[in-house]
Amino acid sequence: MAGHAQLADKFVANEERAQWHDKSLWFVRHKRDNISHSIPEWETLRETASQVKLHTVAHLAQYLEEFETNAKKLGVTVHWASNAAEHNEIVLSILQEHNVKRVVKSKSMLTEECHLNPHLEAAGMEVVDTDLGERIVQLRKEPPSHIVLPAIHIKKEEVGEVFHEHLGTEAGASDPGYLTEAARQHLRENFLAADAGITGVNFGIASTGGIVVCTNEGNADLGTALPNLHIACMGIEKLIPSPDHLSLYTRLLARSATGQPITTYTSHFHGPKPGGEMHIVLVDNGRSDILGSDDFRRSLSCIRCGACMNTCPVYRRSGGHSYQSTVPGPIGSILGPSQNAKEHSSLPFACSLCGSCTDVCPVKIDLHHQLLTWRKEIYVRGLLPFSKTFPMKVMSKVFQRPGLYAFGGKVARKALRLMPRWMIYNPLNGWGRQRDLPEAPKESFRDLYKKRKK
Amino acid sequence: MPRVGLFIPCYIDQFYPDVGLATLEVLEQHGCEVDYPAAQTCCGQPMANTGCTDAAVPLAERMINVFAPYDYVVAPSGSCVAMVREHYTDLLPLTNKLQEFQAKTFELCEFLTDVLKVDSISGSFPYKVGVHQSCHGLRELRLARSSETVGDDFDKARQLLKSLDGISFAELTRTDECCGFGGTFAVHEEAVSCMMGRDRLADHRAAGTEVLTAGDMSCLMHLNGLNQRHAQPFPVMHIAQILAGRQPEGITPVNSTDGSVA
Ligand code: SF4
Repeated sequence: MAGHAQLADKFVANEERAQWHDKSLWFVRHKRDNISHSIPEWETLRETASQVKLHTVAHLAQYLEEFETNAKKLGVTVHWASNAAEHNEIVLSILQEHNVKRVVKSKSMLTEECHLNPHLEAAGMEVVDTDLGERIVQLRKEPPSHIVLPAIHIKKEEVGEVFHEHLGTEAGASDPGYLTEAARQHLRENFLAADAGITGVNFGIASTGGIVVCTNEGNADLGTALPNLHIACMGIEKLIPSPDHLSLYTRLLARSATGQPITTYTSHFHGPKPGGEMHIVLVDNGRSDILGSDDFRRSLSCIRCGACMNTCPVYRRSGGHSYQSTVPGPIGSILGPSQNAKEHSSLPFACSLCGSCTDVCPVKIDLHHQLLTWRKEIYVRGLLPFSKTFPMKVMSKVFQRPGLYAFGGKVARKALRLMPRWMIYNPLNGWGRQRDLPEAPKESFRDLYKKRKK
Repeated sequence: MPRVGLFIPCYIDQFYPDVGLATLEVLEQHGCEVDYPAAQTCCGQPMANTGCTDAAVPLAERMINVFAPYDYVVAPSGSCVAMVREHYTDLLPLTNKLQEFQAKTFELCEFLTDVLKVDSISGSFPYKVGVHQSCHGLRELRLARSSETVGDDFDKARQLLKSLDGISFAELTRTDECCGFGGTFAVHEEAVSCMMGRDRLADHRAAGTEVLTAGDMSCLMHLNGLNQRHAQPFPVMHIAQILAGRQPEGITPVNSTDGSVA
């Protein structure tokens, strides 16, 4: 399987597109800066939000029980799924019990992670993603490339092509207003025809048993208001203790995600609508393994704002698909290996360790440190290729002997001075393809220092 | 007189000896007794950052022993200092010896501003300077406020540079984005690494940078590697060289205040 570097290489090869991708995301990061800098207590908010999440995760079993009890009191049916397959089975069986043919689904990275759509489709159901970006990638038969902006990699001209093919819009149309209106009409029909609505969950509130869903398009509201059946799929880490804590996260989430003061729709669901049914599926799928790890537990605090992706200079230039995991970017490079270290062994290395993700994260996850820890884990588990480990072992041996190091340096510098350019800048020299090497001086600092002392 | 052990990163020792000399001179000018222990080699950062911590451990232990006799350890590299101060605890048990070593190790600019309390540097540098914020200096050592965080502005490098006569600064659109070096990342993720570097250089060109500087020679090595392939490369200097009074090669000073660019 190609690793991140190979896929990034392909993405960057189309430099114009990579530039455009980078600029689109930087625009969002910039908006985030403007709006977070308008809140003087921003750092206090982050710190508090971080502490509350760490506390919740540390007492997760207790809060989950509290949540379940209170949700049941509200008339919600609560299900537990230990993995993706169980989750998909539970959702399917609820839908089948209700003879559901058509489902509308609002954005949920959890159902992406579990690959719910193909499972339901295989059972003969029609599933329509109702978030505009999600719908675009669904029509293109692609996974989302970003958790908040799922179609950020697609240009408006390309959206026009997809809509022309599937929704019958005019050929060559690329006006966002026109295309959005077409999508709205198309989705309206689906909302009206749906037998059930599936949503994700942004926050589950332990003390009330209610859930909160944040969208900018109101699609979760339409998808749950029209059909009588609402299934909410929720990762077990989405809990907060009480409604008092909610404002912390709603203030941080939208600002970090898109630079808005708040999401357009922050909808609270406390029980089924009159005459309707509401189910919550609580999903583990590897989360309790992460909970058990001192090194990576903090990654469970993530509120999926996507800010770490927007700020990541590597993500912006390599695109979400280069990560080949449901959640891309810095947090995805931690979650991916947590689920399957072998498959995602290249992700912790798709990082220059600049630390921008850590500083941008609204819940203060030390992302770049966890990525560094993952590198060590990958090495310890024997998943790092020899081509990466061998030079390090050799260098270490040399550096343990100052005399050998000084001598080796002298020889190498001399070789660099004497070798013709074509010998140095060969295809094997990954540094030299696009960059010059520094000029090799005759004397090292240690040589000069010795002379100066005399 | 503080006894300073000079910590010269391996690649500076081999490729940029003048940066080492300039560091030595600046420290001496500000009243330090400086010594370079020749038994030092590399702090182990490349190994640790590749995940090969077992290859880094003996190097970290060697560093602690080599620098034990000094009051302070100063390096012209935010990245190598961050390795010692922020990451040696990932490699070694937290002993008093390790803690002492971490507490006395400083990056050059922060040593000047925070320990020696230097508030101005005499000299003249009549150029528009583009300061590259190295990520480890910025977000590990907090040598300046990072653009992501909210709070009072500060910048230890600029604080020192701004007292030089005639100096002005290029203001970038992305003030502190990574240059793309990232150690072995520069080779393993070559495509992204080089694109990041080219983008940084383009930002500097647009901002009118005449001389590019940074507290980390590794970022500058990468940026200058790309810069040298450009039709009009600009001079690149480590901040220690500017503080020590060196002048850039290949350009003539302009009166930076009249806005003309050489
Ligand atoms: S890790 Fe932090 S910045 Fe990234 S998506 Fe999660 S909460 Fe947002």
